[in-house]
Amino acid sequence: MGRINRRQVVKAGLGVIGLAASSKFSFAVAQREEPLRIGVVLSYSGPYARLGQEITRGMELYLERVNLQAGGRRIQLLKEDEEADPAVALRKVRKLVEQDRVDLLAGIILSSSAYAIRDYVNEKQIPLIIANAFANGITRERRSPYIFRTSISSWQQHYPMGAWVVKNIGKKVFLLALDYAFGKEATAAFKESFLQAGGEVVAEVYSPLGSTDYSAVISRIAAARPEGVHAVLSGSDAVIFMRQFAQFGLNRTVQLAVSGEVTDETVLEAIGEAALGAKSGNHWVYTLNNTANKEFIQAYRKKYGGVPNHFAVRGYDAMQFIVNAVQDVQGDVSNKRKLLEAFKRAKIISPRGFVQMDPETNNATQRVYAREVARVDGLITNKLIADLGIIRDPGK
Amino acid sequence: MALLLLIQLLNSLAFGMLLFLLALGLSLIFGVARVVNLAHGAFYLLGAYLGLALTQALGSFWVSLLLVPLLVGLLGVSVERLLLRGLHGRELEQVLLTIGLGFVLADLLRAWFGASIRSVPPPAELSGPLILGPLIYPKYPLFVLATGLLLFLLVRLILARTPFGIQVRAVTTDPAMASSLGIRPTRVSLATFGLGSALAGLGGVVGAPLIALAPGLDAQMTLFALIVVVIGGLGRIEGAFFGALLVGFVDGFGRLFFPQVAMFLIFALMALVLALRPEGLLGRRGT
Repeated sequence: MGRINRRQVVKAGLGVIGLAASSKFSFAVAQREEPLRIGVVLSYSGPYARLGQEITRGMELYLERVNLQAGGRRIQLLKEDEEADPAVALRKVRKLVEQDRVDLLAGIILSSSAYAIRDYVNEKQIPLIIANAFANGITRERRSPYIFRTSISSWQQHYPMGAWVVKNIGKKVFLLALDYAFGKEATAAFKESFLQAGGEVVAEVYSPLGSTDYSAVISRIAAARPEGVHAVLSGSDAVIFMRQFAQFGLNRTVQLAVSGEVTDETVLEAIGEAALGAKSGNHWVYTLNNTANKEFIQAYRKKYGGVPNHFAVRGYDAMQFIVNAVQDVQGDVSNKRKLLEAFKRAKIISPRGFVQMDPETNNATQRVYAREVARVDGLITNKLIADLGIIRDPGK
Repeated sequence: MALLLLIQLLNSLAFGMLLFLLALGLSLIFGVARVVNLAHGAFYLLGAYLGLALTQALGSFWVSLLLVPLLVGLLGVSVERLLLRGLHGRELEQVLLTIGLGFVLADLLRAWFGASIRSVPPPAELSGPLILGPLIYPKYPLFVLATGLLLFLLVRLILARTPFGIQVRAVTTDPAMASSLGIRPTRVSLATFGLGSALAGLGGVVGAPLIALAPGLDAQMTLFALIVVVIGGLGRIEGAFFGALLVGFVDGFGRLFFPQVAMFLIFALMALVLALRPEGLLGRRGT
C-alpha cells in the first residue's frame, strides 16, 4: 500500500508540474484526446428492463454511425442501472458524477427519477439529456438550464389526439387510464383538445397499475357503447387490456384511439393480431417516409433483428442531439455556457422527422402523427394515417 | 344497464368457478389430511406456468390441460409422502412447511419464467366472442364456467358413489373409527393430496387465459381459496362451491361499482360469516 501511494504522489506531482509548464493550447489538445464520458442511467432490471435495453440499442446504433466520435473526441458510455427506483437513480447519478467524472448525463426512464435527480444535476451543473421520462413538469415548473428533453412531454404526445378523435372516430369517447401521474397527465392533455372540439366524455375510469384482469372495465365499455376508447396504459396492462378487448369482440364495434405507448412495437409483439386496427398518437411511425427513418430501420434490423420501436428511436435521437451539440463546440465541453447554448440551438434530422430543441423550455419541438396498427411487410407494426402537425410544449 | 349486469354476472361466475377449483382441492386435503396447505396457490401458479410452457412446446392447449394436472398431482403426492407424512399430527410444523414450500416454488418459477406479467391467449377454438342477440360475450369464460360445473358434479359423484369417495368421507368424519374399520388413512390421505394438488394445477391451466400470470399471484390465490373455504365451510364440496360463487359475485360486482374497496368487501363478507356462523355457511357444527 505504502509504495503504491508514494508512486501515486510522485505521478500526481509530475502531472501538476507538466500542467503548469504546458501552454493553454497544448492543454486543450490534451483534453480533446481524452474520451468524452457520458453517464447513461436507464433501467436494466425490473419491469422497465426492456425499455432500457431498447433505448441503449438506439444510442449505440447512432454512435456506430458516427464511428464513436464527436467534435474530434472519442465517446465513451458508462451505463448504470436505474432499477425503476428514483432513490437508486440518484445514487447512480452521484456515482457517475463524483467517481467516474462524467462530462454529460443521459437516459432516465421514470419521471420520478427525473424529479429525484433534478436538484443534484442542477447544482453540480452537469448537462442531462432526458431520453424518455414524460412528466410535463420536467420542462415546465421544475425545469433547469442543465436539463434537456429530447423525447416528448405527455402533453405533447396526447393533446393533438383529442381533436383528431372527434373528427375521425366520434364524439362519444370512453376514457381509460392507469391510476398514476402519467395516466392522469396524458388524459388531461387529451381532454383539453377533445372537449374544445366538441367531444363528450362517456366515462372516465382509472385502473390500478399492474392489473391482471380488465373484464370489469371492459364490461363497462360494452354497456356504455361509446364510439371510441382512449386508453393510456403501458407494458403488461396494455397487453392484457388489448387481448381481453378483442376476446369480448369489442374491436368490431368500438374503435380504439389510444396513447402511443399502448401500441408501441415492444407491446405489439406480445399482443399480436388482437391489436390490428387500433389508432394511436405518437411522435414516430414505422412507415414514415424519410431517409433518416429508412436508414434507422435498416440499421436496427441488420444489427438486432425484429421491428424497431419508439424507445430505440428515443435513444438514437438523444445521442444524435449530444453528438450534434458536442460537434458544435468542437469537442470542448469544459465551457458549460457554450455547451448549453449549443444544446439550445440543436436541430436534428431524426427518424421521426425534423426535431428542434425549444430554447425557452429545453423540450424538443416535433411533429406528432396519428397511426394505425397494421401488417406492413409481414410485420405487425404501425402505419401512418395522418400528420397532426408540429407540436410545441407551452412550458407552463 | 341490464346488459352490463348480465356481462358482469357471467364474469363473476367464471371467476367463481376458478376459485371453486382451487378451494375444492384445499378443502378436500384439509378434510382428510387435516393440513391447511398454504402452498396451494403456488401449485396453481406452477400449473399455470407449466401449462404455458407445455402449450408452447407441444402446440396444444388440450394436451397440457391433461398433462399438467397429472404432473402437479404427482408433485402433491411426493410432498405428502416425503415431507408432510413425517410431521403427522404436528399442525404448526405442517403449516410452516407448506408456507415455506410455497415460497420456494414461487421463487423458482420467478427465476425460471421471469418477473414480467404474462398474458396467455386462449386456444383458437375458444378464442373470440360468442354473439347471442344483443349479448356479445367471450367464449373462454364460458368454458371455465362449464369446467367448474362439470367438476363439481363429477367430484360429488365420486364422493357419493365410489369406494374411494366413501373412504374419503369416512376419514374426514372420524379418522380413528375409519382406521379401526380397515381403511388406511395414510393411503387415503396420499391419494387426496394428489387429487387436491391436481385440481390446483388444473385451475392454473384453465385460469391463465382468464387472469394474467404474475409473480405474487400464488399468495393471492391461496388467500382467495382460504377465504372461500372459511366462508363456505371446510371439508364439504358444497361449501367450496357456494362459497366460491359468493366470493366471485362480491369480487366481480365490487370491482364494477366500488373498484377502490373491492378487496375490502370480500374481507367484510368473511368477517360477517365468521361472526355469525364460525363454522362457515355450509360447515358442520361441532367437529
